This record gives sequence, structure tokens and C-alpha cells, in this order.
Amino acid sequence: MSAATLLQVQNLRVSFAGKEVVCGIDFSVAAGEKLALVGESGSGKTVTALSLLGLVQGARTSGQAFFGAGHDEPQGTPSQDLLALSEHDLRGIRGRDIAMIFQEPMTALNPLFSVGEQIAEVLQLKQGLSPAQAQTAAVGLLADTGIPEPERRARAYPHQLSGGQRQRAMIAMALACQPRLLLADEPTTALDVSLRVQILELLASLQKRNGMAVLLITHDLNLVRHFADRIAVMENGLIVEQGKVADVFANPQHPYTRKLMDSEPVRDVIENPPAGDGPPVAQARELTVSYPVKLPGLKGWFKQGEFVAVKGASFSLPKGQTLGVVGESGSGKSTLALALLGLHPSKGELRLSGRSWSADTAANKALRRSVQVVFQDPFSSLSPRMTVEEIVGEGLRVHQPGLSAAQRQLRVVQALADVGMSQAQFPRLLQRYPHEFSGGQRQRLAIARALMVEPDMLVLDEPTSALDVTVQKQVLQLLQKLQRERGLSYLLITHDVAVIRAMAHQIMVMKSGEILESGPAAQVLTAPQHPYTQLLVGQLS
Amino acid sequence: MSNLTNPPEAAPGRLPPGGAPAADGLSPFRAGVGDDRGQGGGGTPERSASVSPGARAWQRFRRNRLGFGSLLLFSALVLVSLLAEVVSNDRPLVVRYESTYYFPILKDYPEKTFGGDFDTATDYLDPFIRNKLSTGSNWAVYAPNPYGPKTLNYFAKEPNPSRPTRDNWLGTDDRGRDLLAQLLYGFRVSVLFAFALTFTGVVLGVLSGAVQGYFGGKTDLAFQRFMEIWGSMPELYLLIIFSAVFAPSISLLLVLLSLFGWLGLSDYVRAEFLRNRQLDYVRAARAMGLSSWQIITRHVLPNSMTPVVTFLPFRMSAAILALTSLDFLGLGVPPGTPSLGELLSQGKNSIDAWWISLSTFVVLVTTLLLLTFMGDALRDALDPRKSQE
Repeated sequence: MSAATLLQVQNLRVSFAGKEVVCGIDFSVAAGEKLALVGESGSGKTVTALSLLGLVQGARTSGQAFFGAGHDEPQGTPSQDLLALSEHDLRGIRGRDIAMIFQEPMTALNPLFSVGEQIAEVLQLKQGLSPAQAQTAAVGLLADTGIPEPERRARAYPHQLSGGQRQRAMIAMALACQPRLLLADEPTTALDVSLRVQILELLASLQKRNGMAVLLITHDLNLVRHFADRIAVMENGLIVEQGKVADVFANPQHPYTRKLMDSEPVRDVIENPPAGDGPPVAQARELTVSYPVKLPGLKGWFKQGEFVAVKGASFSLPKGQTLGVVGESGSGKSTLALALLGLHPSKGELRLSGRSWSADTAANKALRRSVQVVFQDPFSSLSPRMTVEEIVGEGLRVHQPGLSAAQRQLRVVQALADVGMSQAQFPRLLQRYPHEFSGGQRQRLAIARALMVEPDMLVLDEPTSALDVTVQKQVLQLLQKLQRERGLSYLLITHDVAVIRAMAHQIMVMKSGEILESGPAAQVLTAPQHPYTQLLVGQLS
Repeated sequence: MSNLTNPPEAAPGRLPPGGAPAADGLSPFRAGVGDDRGQGGGGTPERSASVSPGARAWQRFRRNRLGFGSLLLFSALVLVSLLAEVVSNDRPLVVRYESTYYFPILKDYPEKTFGGDFDTATDYLDPFIRNKLSTGSNWAVYAPNPYGPKTLNYFAKEPNPSRPTRDNWLGTDDRGRDLLAQLLYGFRVSVLFAFALTFTGVVLGVLSGAVQGYFGGKTDLAFQRFMEIWGSMPELYLLIIFSAVFAPSISLLLVLLSLFGWLGLSDYVRAEFLRNRQLDYVRAARAMGLSSWQIITRHVLPNSMTPVVTFLPFRMSAAILALTSLDFLGLGVPPGTPSLGELLSQGKNSIDAWWISLSTFVVLVTTLLLLTFMGDALRDALDPRKSQE
């Protein structure tokens, strides 16, 4: 073990109830090095990190993980095997020598204590500071992470901070004791695109200043390229390839690595589809959508306030094209989708194939058939207590009640075949329940359900952001194929510029309910006008 | 209710899982579990690849030995009590008297039929009649316990109340009625009453919870205030007042207790509906153009039944306990109806007749314990955190 090696993991195995999820991996992290552990969900990368700190519950762990003596320790301090340490000894190491930051800062912070108190607690526990000293030090740490007005923020509770600020507070807490190793588990995944780079830059600068090592766990190769020194690619609990970032990116050896590198969505759409005669599939002029909100105090008893989620949106979506709506969370893009689906009342003009939603639900039935939706989360978009046949065939029951059960089944099988799911691949497919399918397969089922009633237009609300990159590519290819074959129009909502680049004919950039920029895809992507668009597009390159 | 049992578009042979407990009128509890069995069990062996969430919960329930054993034992007890007329009856089941078959269990025969002196109904405990029925080629098949719940044995060898003897296995009460027969029939009344009360509670609770949770907003607000007012009414005093005004009867009791029995469940169902109605699959169904009623019955309700099913055994035991307490206070079933509470009250009055209170106590505790074990097992089986296994 060289002097510079901080962490040496040998033959690490982790299993849950007899099922091995990490199957004997070796890697090492040198002091001050940034190693990225890359893999898709279920590859065992998070479990690997958690097992180093003894934080996986109900798992059997074997192997060795030598955590070396650092430069500030007296010479000759022997390195310890983290996996052999008792819970008591591990507790001493957690936070002081090895710290961790999590994906979702909202759930990782305790909502009942102010951010400053939580940071100060770490300092009191680990460094024995007095409450007053700890409080001062906490403010200093928050200032280091670049939070404006750190004194005021230290008194704020987690829900009062924005997502980026919360993640900064998490980082301040993790770095409170100047750990020698930081485990960062998808630190930017829950953040908006414009914040990701900022957080990563912050991590990089703090890393340089404190000289700590970082083990970055992520599925995002872009992030790795910008941030890490070395990369280790995990697949099904094994490290299939590791090396310097530049080397691996320039010359990936393992097929899985190549597949990951190659998972950038490819543009394969008809650029100028025949518009056909008749009105555009969807057309909106000065569309405004608002939510009622409760007014504070006595006023709230008598009248309601209004939160405008979409302000004066105008667009037109011709047949066979895709309108990409980009924006971060809270920008009103999902609300726009609900209004388009007629699930939320809107003001202004909205015409779908020349017709508009009416207040009478019965009158909307025909229109419902022409616009369908695919949601982001494949786990909540299918009812867990219905079979595939019931889920996919539901639209037919409503819109073609005259069909017999056999005819309906035939149509369902056909629709499933269209999205690439067959009885040969999944025996007894029609009788299965959603829990037996993976995220990508569920998304296919959701697409089949939407296509069942032969709509003119699909609203795709972040259709791939819950999926792994390789699966995302397949689903996007499926959507492109369906558009080419059927002349479907898509309203594609996403925060991912790569997806937009692959799919959209037109782009609309939203922020805080307002449309900042819109136009043909090529124009918006190559010559963005608005600074915010420039920031978004800049993420990709 | 006819609407709930027949959703307009329900596929033949497949009700929404959650609809079934409400649809099966007689035994909500067994419907809740049996429904799960019905879903996956249609052919578990060949369909092992795909089991519904309900069937998986049922498998987890079966793996819990205490809970599953309790279910089997409880079902057996209920079955025996349903057949109480065969098990414990003061009339013989079949009589062959002078080459003619008689079925006294179904029909009253005057004493003269069997060579007696009077036109009154036969008392089969009379040694004279017994003798007649066993001489020559005559024979009679008696129930294992030859007493009904109201049978007064005029030919008893022991003074009343009699301690357990060869004739009365658990003794008799202070009027000479057989205790085993009373317990058997009393248990049946309690359980059937509990089934009925649970059923009405589930139907009302699910309906009001569904309406509040699904429509939300002003409907929810109004309903919640109504429930708060309704729930603040002093239930016990209302019962006392009503039992003074009207003639006491089981159906009156059922109505009065049902009026308040749905409040707790309603809140749970409402919370489930509030959570489920904003999930994506419900939005997708709305975008598909389903009516509110279809969405509720096909999508939201089946996914909101977990707290209802979990609650069934506990509601049953609460109902049994309520009936027993009211009977004990003399506010429950009309006098003469066999009832556990009435027996407890007798036990209290004649404290020396320890067999009355002891055996009633054992029956009551066993029943409640079995229900609690089942409830615990059911709760574990339906725990969403364990559903991934």
C-alpha cells in the first residue's frame, strides 16, 4: 500500500438475504484524488459507499477496506480495516475522517432543526467545541460554501432554503470536520441543471483547498468528465473497467463502458413532416394557468389568492412535430401539461385540432381521445392492482365500449407489440401486474396505454428522466419510431437538454411560469438569445 | 349498494379487488381475505409468474403461523356456531318411531305422536318420552349436547345453577339453562352481529371516505365538520335513551351502533384517497376520459383498501366487545336471547357459580385474542414496506 493511498478496498462483497449485490470489487482512492464510481441503478454503487461506513442495514459484508493514516496523523499510525471495525469505532470515523453527502438534501436534513444547529451539532460532537464556538464555526462553514447571508441562513430551517442552498448546507455539514474522504452519492441529481455545475465547482474548490479525496457516485458521465480524476465503471455489482478519466473516455475497453458512453440520445426524426390540412394539433395563445393559494391571516377567510404557474404562453404545434418545453422544477412546465390535457382550468385560447376543452366533462370525451399523456415516474403511473391487459385496454372500454372482450384483447396485444413487448418475451404478459416490470418496461406500458385510443398528440412529461441512460435511449428511439410511423405530435417536457436536442422540432424555454425564448430547435440550441437559455445549453457542451 | 356491486363497466368475473369486501354482504372479513385468494388463487400453480399484490399479501399472511392458525381456528368456531342447531339442541335430529321417520329439529310434533298424553310440543328431555323413543325398533339421534339455548330441564338431577356434570358439561345458569348451549348460541349472536356491524361500518366508512378524499375541497370541508359534530354526540347516552324509548332488539342495536361505527374508518379511507387521487395513474385515467365513478371504483378504491382490510379484525373485536358490554349493562339484546354479556352479568350476580363467569370469560378472551392475532398478521402482510419481498 503506497503512502499516498487513502482507501484500499479489496474483494468487497455485500449481499442482502442471500442475494449478492456487490460481488467482490477492488479499488483504491489516493489522498486528494477524485474517483468517480459510475453505473446504472441497481449496479451496487451506492451500496458500496454505504457499506464502507457500515450504513447498510441487514446486509452481509465481507472483504477488506483499509483506510490509511493521513498526512496529519502521527507517522506510523496503522491503517484500519473499515469493514472489521466495531460500530463504536466506526462512529468515530464517520463524519470526522469520512463524510457523506446524499442525493436528496431535503430528506437528509432534519426538518425540525435549523441548518446552523445541525452543522454546529457535528462540531460539538466531533471536535468538542462549545455551543457558541460551534455556532460561529457553522456560520463560517456556510460562508465557505458560498451561501449568501450565511448568518441569516444558519438560522433558517431546511424548508426555507432552496434546493441548491440545501445541498450547500449538506456540504458544509459534511466538511465541518475536514474529513479526508468525502463520499458524494449523486450529489447533483436532485438539483436543477443550472445548479449542478455550481455545486460541482464548489465541491472541486473545497476539495482542492482541504486536500481531501472524493468518491463521487453518479450515473452522469458528463459530470464525471468535468469533475473526476479517475473513473470506475460498475455493472451488476462488479467493476468492469477503471482508469484515468481521459483514458477511459478516449478509449473505452469494456463493452458496457462503450454502451454507457454511447447512450447519448440520437436524433432520428423527420425534420419537416407533412403538415397535412386542418388546424394545428395544438395551438395556444396567451394561455395562463393559475392555482388558488391561501392568503395569510384574516384575509384568507374571505378570499383566495392566486399563484400564476404559466403566464401568457403562446405556441403552435403542427402534426408530426415535437414541441420541447425546457425548464427547471417549478418553472410551470408540468402545469402547462395539465392544462393542455384539460385536467386543470386555464385562461386564454387553447385549441386542440381546432377544438377546445369545455366545462362539461361529457362533452370532452371525444377530445380526450385525441390527446394522451405519459408521465415521468413509471412506478406511480400504473395502478399496482390492475393487470397489463386491464391497464392498456382501459381506453378502449371508455372510447369503444362496443368491442367484445376478444376484440379488445387483440387490440391490446397489438398495442403492446407496437411498443416492443410481446408474449414471447414475457410469458402470460397480459395477466401480469406492473410490479413485475422494470422502469423502462413500465414506461413502454404507459406509452401503449396512451396509444391505445389512437391519439393525435402525446404529452410526454419527463418521460425518461427516471430511467437509466441506456434505457432512456431505447425509450426515446421508440418514441421517435412511433412519431415517424404515425405522424404523432409530441409535447415533450424535460429538463434535459440532450433529450430535447434529440427529439424537438421547436423549443420553448420556461422559467418561473414565463416563456423566455421559443423558436425552431436548431436556432434555440445553436444561437440562444436569452442568458438563461445560454446557461442551459452550455451545460451540455 | 347495488351500484357498488355492479360497476357499469365491470369485467365479467373480475371485480375491483377492494370492491369485493363491500360487495359480499354477509361476511366482510372473510370476503376481504378470500378476495385476495380469489385473485391470485384462480390458478396459483400455473400462474406463479404473476401474482397480484393482493395474492402476495395473502401469501405473506399465510406464512404468519400465529395469524393463519387464528384464522383457521376462528373460522372453525364460526362454522360450528353456525351449525349450532345440530350441535346443541333439545330436540333429536331424526326420530324413527313405529316405522315412521320424524324430524323434530325441523318441525314440532305434539307429545301424542310419541305416545304421550298431551297435545303440547314434545319435551324430549322427559324420561318417559326418551324411553318411548328407545324401545323396540324405535331410535332417535340426539344432538351431541342435548340442550338448546333456552331449554329449561325440568328433569335435572342437580339444583340450579348446577356445576359442571356429566349431563351439563359446563354446568347450568341460575335458571337451569345449559351453559355450553348458551355460550355456543351467544358466540354465534356476537359474531354475526360483529359481521353485520363491521359490514355496515365498512360500507358507510368507505363511501364517506371515498367521497371526501376523491372530491376534496368544499365537499371534504363540509363532510369533515359534519363528522366532527356527529362524532361529538354522546353515543352511550343515546343508546340508553333509545333503548328506553323503543323495545330493545338486535336490529335497533345494529342501527344505533352503525350510526357511529363508520367514523374512524372514514378518516383512514379519506387519507388514502387524498394520497392516491393525485398519483399519476389516476391522472392518466382522467386524461383517458373515465368518469369519476369509474376512477373511484377501478383505480383509487382498490389501491385504498389496505387500511380497511387491516382494520376488519380489530373492528370485529370492537363490535363483539361493544355488544357484550351493552348486554352486561342490560341495554343490549332483548331478554332471553343468549348472549355473552348477559352470562357475564349472571356470573357477577351469582359469584359462587364460578363456572358461569369462567367459561364465558374464556370464550370471550379466546375470540378477541384470535381476532387480534389475525389483525396483527394482516397488518404485517399488508405493510407496504414488506411488499417488496
